[in-house]
Amino acid sequence: MWAFIHKLGSPKWFYDISERLQPWFWAAAAMLILVGSVWGLAFAPADYQQGNSFRIIYVHVPAAFLAQSIFVGMALAAVVFMVWKIKVADMAAAVMAPLGAAMTFIALFSGAVWGLPTWGTWWMWDARLTSMLILLFLYFGVIALRGAFASRDSGSRAASVLAMVGVVNIPIIKYSVDWWYTLHQPASFTITSRPSMPAEMWWPLLLMVLGFYSFFIALTLMRTRSEILRRESNKRWVRDLAREEG
Amino acid sequence: MAFDSLQEFLAMGGHAPYVWAAWCMTAALMLGSLIHARVERRSLLRDLKRRERRAMSEMPRKEVNDA
Repeated sequence: MWAFIHKLGSPKWFYDISERLQPWFWAAAAMLILVGSVWGLAFAPADYQQGNSFRIIYVHVPAAFLAQSIFVGMALAAVVFMVWKIKVADMAAAVMAPLGAAMTFIALFSGAVWGLPTWGTWWMWDARLTSMLILLFLYFGVIALRGAFASRDSGSRAASVLAMVGVVNIPIIKYSVDWWYTLHQPASFTITSRPSMPAEMWWPLLLMVLGFYSFFIALTLMRTRSEILRRESNKRWVRDLAREEG
Repeated sequence: MAFDSLQEFLAMGGHAPYVWAAWCMTAALMLGSLIHARVERRSLLRDLKRRERRAMSEMPRKEVNDA
């Protein structure tokens, strides 16, 4: 177990294994998102109350899921980095933050655009909306802190601490719709219960959610590899690699 | 198929601006992340190779000087 963790923590080992894993996640992401989009946009039936505006759900819900999962992933990577000093974990955390911010922005933007025809307003200081806006600012904070120090190690540690502290916002987002039910509806899509939507609406959503997760994994692997090249550029194996390919 | 024609599909039952704004923003940010990641990787590899080539071309000259 410990040997495995330390092997996983070795940049060279991670660089090699992720090269082999990456194509599978890209292929899965492309297939799932393509099928899910066509199905959700053109084939799923219109909602009897919301008409076709409900098709926003197919980007809104996967983005909102990812926005929160990425923050949890980043916080876990921060713990691994702080406790075991595994550098690859910090590199992964660093590349996750911008994608998490982008997903939070997509969730907020698509929600605002969806709110206009559905609620008659694009924004309200509802608990769910506000806690998602806080999530966006937490992402900005993590990104800014990382760049705010002269030494990379200080930046890494400051960003890790903020990620670990900021993760308390995640359960607040999750339960906000139950604790303060004002505008945003409670979860329409959970792992534990049967969906309240008909199957032909629910299936494309499941494909999109899985597709977004695959996209996140593939992009994180790819960008962590770049980050390894950047930070380990003086290591023997990186220089050999540059020579072989050049 | 929930629509009878392409025009109807694009009109989204009068909700076109909302549906397409949300979807286009999503597509733009995801494709943007992908393109950024590719450009980042290529430029890193290019820089690494350039540095290695320079290091290799400097090596023999140094040996000549030493001799």
